[in-house]
Amino acid sequence: MSASKEKYTEAQYLEAIEYQPKTGTGKIANYVDTRVGGTSIVREFGRKVFPDHWTFMFGEVALYSFIITVISGAFLTFWFDPSMATTRYSGSYAPLQGLEMSMAYATSLELSFDVRGGLFMRQLHHWGALMFVLAMSVHMIRVFFTGAFRKPRELNWVVGATLLVLGLAAGFTGYSLPDEVLSGNGLRIIDGMLKAIPVVGTYISFFLFGGEFPGNEVIPRLYALHIFVIPALLLILIAVHLFLVVMHKHTQYPGPGRTQRNVVGYPIGPVYAAKAGGFFFIVLGVLSLLAGTFQINALWNYGPYDPSPVQAGTQPDWYIGWFDGVLRIMPGFIGNIPLEFVLPTPWGGNSVATPVLVPMIPITVLLLGVFVWPWLETWITGDKREHHLLDRPRNAPTRTAFGVAMVVWYLVMWGAASSDLMATHFALSLNDVIYWLRAAFFLGPIIAYLLTKRICLALQRKDREVALHGHEAGVIEVSADGEFHEQHKLPNEHELWTLVSYEAPAPSGPRPNAKGKITAVEKVRARLNRIWFEDRVEPVSREEYLEAIGHHGESPAGLEAAQSRQAITSGAPADSR
Amino acid sequence: MAEHGNGDSTAVVKAGEGASGDYAIDNPGLPPHRPRLADVDEKAAKRSERQVAALFFISIIGTVMFFVGYFAVARMDQFENYFEGMSALRVQNTLIGVGTALAMLGIGLGIVHWAKTLMPDHEVTEARKPLRTEEDRADAEKIVTEVVDETQIKRRPLLRNTMIAAALLAPLPAVVLFRDLDRTADFGVERMRHSLWDEGIRLVRDPTGTPIRAADLTIGSAMHVIPENLREVSGHGDRLAEKAKSVVLLMRLNPDDLHEPTPGREDWSYEGIIACSKVCTHVGCPVALYERHTHHLLCPCHQSTFDASEEFKVTFGPAGRPLPQLPITVDDEGFLIARSDFTEPVGPTYWERGHTDPEGDFPA
Repeated sequence: MSASKEKYTEAQYLEAIEYQPKTGTGKIANYVDTRVGGTSIVREFGRKVFPDHWTFMFGEVALYSFIITVISGAFLTFWFDPSMATTRYSGSYAPLQGLEMSMAYATSLELSFDVRGGLFMRQLHHWGALMFVLAMSVHMIRVFFTGAFRKPRELNWVVGATLLVLGLAAGFTGYSLPDEVLSGNGLRIIDGMLKAIPVVGTYISFFLFGGEFPGNEVIPRLYALHIFVIPALLLILIAVHLFLVVMHKHTQYPGPGRTQRNVVGYPIGPVYAAKAGGFFFIVLGVLSLLAGTFQINALWNYGPYDPSPVQAGTQPDWYIGWFDGVLRIMPGFIGNIPLEFVLPTPWGGNSVATPVLVPMIPITVLLLGVFVWPWLETWITGDKREHHLLDRPRNAPTRTAFGVAMVVWYLVMWGAASSDLMATHFALSLNDVIYWLRAAFFLGPIIAYLLTKRICLALQRKDREVALHGHEAGVIEVSADGEFHEQHKLPNEHELWTLVSYEAPAPSGPRPNAKGKITAVEKVRARLNRIWFEDRVEPVSREEYLEAIGHHGESPAGLEAAQSRQAITSGAPADSR
Repeated sequence: MAEHGNGDSTAVVKAGEGASGDYAIDNPGLPPHRPRLADVDEKAAKRSERQVAALFFISIIGTVMFFVGYFAVARMDQFENYFEGMSALRVQNTLIGVGTALAMLGIGLGIVHWAKTLMPDHEVTEARKPLRTEEDRADAEKIVTEVVDETQIKRRPLLRNTMIAAALLAPLPAVVLFRDLDRTADFGVERMRHSLWDEGIRLVRDPTGTPIRAADLTIGSAMHVIPENLREVSGHGDRLAEKAKSVVLLMRLNPDDLHEPTPGREDWSYEGIIACSKVCTHVGCPVALYERHTHHLLCPCHQSTFDASEEFKVTFGPAGRPLPQLPITVDDEGFLIARSDFTEPVGPTYWERGHTDPEGDFPA
């Protein structure tokens, strides 16, 4: 074996044995250190630097919501019985007394009415789960728009995307457990969607429900997934996610003093630890406030599951909304032509449930797109460098525009889950709401893309304007010969750096491969590359900048700024403290 | 080039470092630290200290509030009147929730305020370590090569090939193991073609189970109906599964409003009374809403709309097929009965639905 094996001297081994701690803390520390090597951890992490920005908080919210959801969920398991065995309800809630129901529903009611604090914990668990998925989503959006997923963090992006999907699965399996009419109809929809899957769908449904829907089996199975399989995977992946964050060190926004080679921020001890630790209590506090004052999933109103009743105007949990909404906007017929058809096969024909299958396309495209995006973007831009400095969203106009388009696409599907409520609350025709949503499904992302790109480019031009000519000071001067002009205040060099330190490369054109040929795939790439880079606002160049200072040099304020800047750029030390 | 030392950290920001472009100016380094009020004014620091302490005190009040909610408010089962019990529960939940919220927010906001106003706010710079070094890579490559060589896998292709074959097959039992997730005796898709309805089965009200005479239904009324033999099914799950296939919506229209039936369906209605499966052909929600003057049925889940007067054809929404109609008539005693089972599978479309039925009951 060849790995370089370090040699330690006998004195080094003796050092640990002979060391005598003096203080009480020292004794405890030494006990831990000689057994698990604690000091190296403290040395590594005690003063580790974390960049600070309010947008870095969403991942923390997700982590804390997860912890709160796990703890509150563990509490619920002590009373909840995930059984579909029937019982006659005899708890405190009078309207349901004497009704036949499953143990799952009966114990959910027991938790709500006959366990003190049970309703609070149930609501905390539900709010925590909603917040968990919401915070993950917002965190993902932040990472996307700032380009934090780029090399070397692509794999961690994939871990994060998997966490999001698992979060949806955790949410849905939990939503279905109380076995009342609302969750039963949710499962009914899942059953219908499963059955639409060609070839294997019907059997997947049989295996999930242990026979025909709804059967006797599904609640305990969902329970096993909900409290063991999914949380275990979540925990493992969260550990991987955080490990990679530590290994890569956090990204930081571009700014004065920040480079690709350093990390600027607060050390873990004490500031960052205090802020992050305190923030856990804030998240718990906010969720407790929601659980104590905003009722969620009043499951006693629905009654035990029965395939016949259903409530009008029910909504799924928010993160399931886009699945439900996209099902609603898909038409079953175009004119009088049914979209569903029987595929002729030698054994007589198989049914293709087009109205259920087609809506799975945008969902699959969005989810898969999230997973492959880092590689897709690298392929288009040809940028294979490491990035530890984030992009300001305006400085990546095409990515930002595309991201906003996808968010809008998602939101149209999501909003469509409330099509009936939009119609009833705003006194609109239900059919018209659906027609508008169908139009928005196709046009929304396109309009969002075009608008966002223009806004980004305009913001970049504004940055150029400020860098070259300064901020409008709001002071109008009149010169001796009657000319009016507005005073401009030049930015200081720290602000200026943020405005000018970005890249806006030109489209690179197709590149021939090793054999000197330009392949068809390369042509596609070059076209996408062109779309990506052709609209651009170049950062202020040094020449432009020097010319602008020369111009502004006439005004005393500008001259001062230019002089002080020259002093800095020529090497005068400025203490950062 | 300007250099800015950063306190006790050894990392140094070099202006322009790490930047691949030629920017208008060089990286000016960290902006000068601006002391906070509490850094320079001892009074302000004292004030911050008091604010933090006040927040911690609010937390203590919150915890007390929790205990008041938990112990001072009686549990629901101790009330004779359930409405009083519900109000008590509401009070208890609010006190517990708001109490916990104050307890946690007091601690959280207190600590964060402490960190922001009193703990040092100097930004520190740390160098990024390269994720890999050439030395490590070479070492690792050498180790891997040696490990692979020691297994001799390259020299012995028979070992490699049989191992791959074994490894490909070995997971299959793990998949097959799940076969008995469905333990029902009548495993297979055929069962989805049949429901409890059959010739002569009475239509009864859900949930009371009382049979229905034609005269019980006035024009414009509708009723939730189940087959009379549903109560004979033992077992909660089995009964729900049968019910999920056999729930029926029964309604009476003015016979003049009914469109001409398609051939073969002429005797499926009785004096304007028609019955259809209540299970949506989209993804299976109960089609529970009936609008009498338009004869429209609406599924509240995804708003599929069916026209009862035209054999339940889809007029709007995502459903791809009409609701299956149940052929009905009346028996000797005047009660409504089914003429047969549904003539097609009810509920959402599934892959095998299009098969020609072996008995020839259903069109392909």
